[in-house]
Amino acid sequence: MNGTLSVAVWRGGADGGYRTYSVPRRESQTVLDVVTYIQRRLDPTLAYRFACRVGMCGSCAMTVNGLPRWTCRTHVADAAPDDRLEVGPLAHLPIVRDLVTDMRSFFDKWARARGAFKGTATRRDDFARVEPGSPARRAVDAAIECIGCGVCYAACDVVAWNPGYLGPAALNRAWTLVNDSRDGARAQRLAAVAGDAGCHACHTLASCTERCPKHLSPTAAIAGLKRATAVGLLRGEW
Amino acid sequence: MSASRWRNRGHPAYWAFLVHRLSGLALALFLPLHFVALARALRGAAALDAFLAWTRSPWVVASEIALVFALAAHLTGGLRLLLVEFVGWKSEGQKALLAVAGGVAAFCAIAFALNVV
Amino acid sequence: MSARAETRLWLLQRTSAAALAVCVAVHLATIIGAVRSGLSAAAILGRTNGSLGWAAFYAAFVLAVSIHAPIGLRGIAAEWLGWRGRAADAVFALIGIALLALGAYAIAAVTR
Repeated sequence: MNGTLSVAVWRGGADGGYRTYSVPRRESQTVLDVVTYIQRRLDPTLAYRFACRVGMCGSCAMTVNGLPRWTCRTHVADAAPDDRLEVGPLAHLPIVRDLVTDMRSFFDKWARARGAFKGTATRRDDFARVEPGSPARRAVDAAIECIGCGVCYAACDVVAWNPGYLGPAALNRAWTLVNDSRDGARAQRLAAVAGDAGCHACHTLASCTERCPKHLSPTAAIAGLKRATAVGLLRGEW
Repeated sequence: MSASRWRNRGHPAYWAFLVHRLSGLALALFLPLHFVALARALRGAAALDAFLAWTRSPWVVASEIALVFALAAHLTGGLRLLLVEFVGWKSEGQKALLAVAGGVAAFCAIAFALNVV
Repeated sequence: MSARAETRLWLLQRTSAAALAVCVAVHLATIIGAVRSGLSAAAILGRTNGSLGWAAFYAAFVLAVSIHAPIGLRGIAAEWLGWRGRAADAVFALIGIALLALGAYAIAAVTR
């Protein structure tokens, strides 16, 4: 395959800027291939993250031509039909350097949304029985595959407009636990996900659902949390 | 805001949010004017008629058509949100729901426009 | 505002929305019907003057919108103007009361 790509890559911190590189086009090239080429052949000072490079870990998430996506699963042919690429760090997170963001706030919010399972059984108890076809379990199954890549968080405008907003990923995980019959922290979790920092800040923009590489729907999960917190409040559950 | 950032917002649900928020804002700003205009009736029917004559001017008529669209769109968009929040979000039906909402709102605006122009 | 208070606000917003869905549908039909037969003070007041039914309808309408609009505006102010906190909440509560008062005045004017 012939031709050259013109690739603008974000360099530096928040006060940095785009620097342009020329990268040869290749067959079935992904944006991660392009970034790797730049770092290995053109500029070894470029900082970026990746791990599995086969669409399983979510580490390579970046902003490509304005959209947050996994660079290992973004074909140049789809993302840059006119041979121009713009690659930047994931939005709404502090920039460490170049294409690397500080994801601490993303995971802190996960913890603040009580996105961790709280067990109630002991080794002496029998196994919990969870009916796989039950509405609650199906709701969990639809949302459980999240790998915490941050694409939804970067896509959501409310995250930008509301600094305290826990975000789609954290709330989506909380939803899976709200529907988990084995979990023992329901009251605390409903209290954690309600309010202006929680599910009630969601305006159903659905950019999260639009961009999620695993085709999850945080929009549906957050709507569920709105119902759960409202009903819970009326019933005095939290 | 760079042009490329808008690419993240070019999907139907986002436009629906924008229409819903902007129409709500327009209606909220219009409402006090609406109440004050109606209160003119306290001075008798003639006072209200005088005001209504003013509303025949072209730019007022255009604004009224826009407001009727805003009201209808805010209603239909709001019904969609109530469905999403209380019945649930199913990705497959969303575009159809938006098409219906937009269609009904446009119908109302057109019905109004045809009778007031 | 506490999470519980925000949740109650959300419930108020959705409840008033449901009420407004009915009111707005009726209002749109009324508007379109009214402009079809020519809009005049006589036509409007002929329908509403002395009508307890219309007074009750518009009273419910005004109450619902006085709850719904300020909550919506509060969200816009918080997200697009960065204006949050107790002062903002107080201002929007006052806006709700002002809408209620203006609306009551307008209802009185057209249903005498």
